[in-house]
Amino acid sequence: MTAQVALKGVDKQFGSFHALGPIDLELQQGEFFAVVGPSGCGKSTLLELVAGLSVATRGQVTFEGRAIEGRIPDGVGVVFQEDASFPWLSVTDNIGFGLRRMKLAPAERQRRIDWALELMGLTEFARSFPAQLSGGMRQRVCIARTLVTEPRLILLDEPFGALDQQTRLLMGDEVLNLWRKTGATVLLITHALDEAAMLADRIGVMSARPGRLIDIVETGWSRDRDSQIVQEDSFGQITARLWRSLRAESMKSMAKPGKAA
Amino acid sequence: MNGSARRSLKSAAQLVLLLLVSWQVLYWCVGEVALRSPLETVQYTGKLMGTEAFWGHLAETAKAFGVALVLAGGMGLAIGFLLGLNRFASEMLEPLLIAFYSIPKITLYPILLLMFGLGISAKIAFGAIHGVIPVALFTITAVHNVRPVFLKTGRVMGLTPFEVIRQVVLPAALPEIFAGLRIGFSLTLIGTLLGEMFASQRGVGFLLMNAIGLHNIDLIMALTFLLTVFAGVASGLLLYVNRHLQERGSRA
Amino acid sequence: MKLTTLARVLLLVGLVALLELLCLTGVIDHITMQPPHRMALDLVRLLASGALNGAIAKTLGNAAAAFLLSLAIGVAAAVLLHRFRAVREMLDPLFATYYAIPIFAFYPLLIILFGLGDAPQIFIGAMLGIVAVIVNTLIGLDRVPTVLMKTALINRMGPIETAWRVTLPSAAPYILTGAKLAVAYAFIGIIGAEFIMSRGGMGYEISYAYTNFDNATMYPLIILILVVSTAVNTLLARWEKRIMTRRGLQ
Repeated sequence: MTAQVALKGVDKQFGSFHALGPIDLELQQGEFFAVVGPSGCGKSTLLELVAGLSVATRGQVTFEGRAIEGRIPDGVGVVFQEDASFPWLSVTDNIGFGLRRMKLAPAERQRRIDWALELMGLTEFARSFPAQLSGGMRQRVCIARTLVTEPRLILLDEPFGALDQQTRLLMGDEVLNLWRKTGATVLLITHALDEAAMLADRIGVMSARPGRLIDIVETGWSRDRDSQIVQEDSFGQITARLWRSLRAESMKSMAKPGKAA
Repeated sequence: MNGSARRSLKSAAQLVLLLLVSWQVLYWCVGEVALRSPLETVQYTGKLMGTEAFWGHLAETAKAFGVALVLAGGMGLAIGFLLGLNRFASEMLEPLLIAFYSIPKITLYPILLLMFGLGISAKIAFGAIHGVIPVALFTITAVHNVRPVFLKTGRVMGLTPFEVIRQVVLPAALPEIFAGLRIGFSLTLIGTLLGEMFASQRGVGFLLMNAIGLHNIDLIMALTFLLTVFAGVASGLLLYVNRHLQERGSRA
Repeated sequence: MKLTTLARVLLLVGLVALLELLCLTGVIDHITMQPPHRMALDLVRLLASGALNGAIAKTLGNAAAAFLLSLAIGVAAAVLLHRFRAVREMLDPLFATYYAIPIFAFYPLLIILFGLGDAPQIFIGAMLGIVAVIVNTLIGLDRVPTVLMKTALINRMGPIETAWRVTLPSAAPYILTGAKLAVAYAFIGIIGAEFIMSRGGMGYEISYAYTNFDNATMYPLIILILVVSTAVNTLLARWEKRIMTRRGLQ
């Protein structure tokens, strides 16, 4: 089976600043892949390369067989770390924003919006404005906005970074739910090892800057998992293995000056 | 009307009351030689608004003000967006705009008169140069302050650069742009009036200048009263809209 | 020099050169405007001859008085208003709409109250600037971090000492913003009044020169005002920038 997303020899430099690479990675259609790494290692840069928001200095990034060259490929959705909900639009209009350029019939448009609202538990807030919602709910609006375009690849850049721990765990369950319902491939960038261990099929561990993949951990979870797997023994083993790989890299990262990821 | 609007209206009413009382007290101290009482002023204003000549002057001012406002707003927004979207241009030109803002533009009037002659164009020019800078400066800052994550979201959704400007930058920057338009409104009005005071034979500003020269206290008070009321109400409405936009755009 | 600064300087030089060219070739006739080099020469000649030094001193002196008055009263008023929130809330709409009011209309009233001397002009100049100072000073006072006030309390500082040594220095950048505006307004008030009342000063001389088509006097005077106001403004801006950089805010 050909990979849905492939990075071959990808390297990213900002002038003389070597941010990332070389990276070789393949993502299979429908898998849940997490990337963890010390701060400043280039995790977010990696995501931006896959999203088409930035161009690799060397190497090639392909999505569904076609090279991404700084253009956003069709079928990719992104949820950012910061709240990106548009404060001047209602929840419904926010969610419908991505559908504008798709030229759908009004009935189909409404159907998708209603589906996304229900999936993210926002039906009762359809006409509210982001300013009236909590941080967690605003992130749900952003996720709904991405879902409604029915993407085949969903990129999540530390989407729960601004939320408290309990909310994060619950949102993790919701993301798994989405992943199952949509059948999309998910690439999650996170600094939280337990989050990666709980959610992903495979976890890529990145080194300190310039980030390279130093380990790929397979979790072997069943597709039906939820946050209760934290009770399993294998969960502890996975997080321990992640930390073993990461600890040395994180210490390297702390000793170096430079900009954050 | 929600709670904060009601409170604003209440404190505005208190302010108006305070001003009226101060006016009356000042009148009692100073007397007929320099002031008229609020009641006398309102009566005279009523009489004034019954004369045809007044409306002629008012129309002249309204025309000049309207054109100046469109010019100041349009040029200000255009400059603001161009500079807001282009870092090099804004670094190069914004200091010049700020320097121009700090000049007492009244000193440029004779030059403008030489350039435009004594007609309505000079007045419109005075008005426009007063209003264009705050609109431009506020718009530049507003566009600069649009959060990068909004721009990224627009790009990720496949919007063309023009669509990003229209559907993301503009609504995101609107509250702050509007604040600039609000200030531009007041300053354009002052500029137009001052232009009429110094260089015109028609218009409300001219009437005022004439009244000052003839020491016609009734007319001075009536015109000042009318202008203040108009400016106050217009400004108040714009402020209300501005607050509404800001609340919509702010975090709870 | 940074590229943007260089570009800006080139732009200005280019504009002056363009103006010079348009004037010399007659595209702009010499009744409307002198060539820039002429303006500069006339300015030097004017200052050297000392003919208008009295008028210049009068205007600059009155503008300075108006500026200092608006600054002193403005800051004091802001400190009081900051303390008494109810009054501040009541006056807020006034401050927001103040600059739409034609303050010049109060000129005759001021003449009656203060007589025909310089006082009415200075008062108008101060009245124009005072709200800008108040509004900006209030913003500065709002932004004094509470923790600094607590520090003053712990150090047993009285209200005046706190204001002098903690509050005002903390709010200084914002006060300077208000001061910059007050400079412009002081000039507007004084020169506008001189235009209207024709009692001497640079405004009067400019207006007289304009009526007599005396561009050789009018343009130098205008340039002098622009230079002085820009110079004062730049000094205040530099001071403000130094404070902000030292605090890591710029």
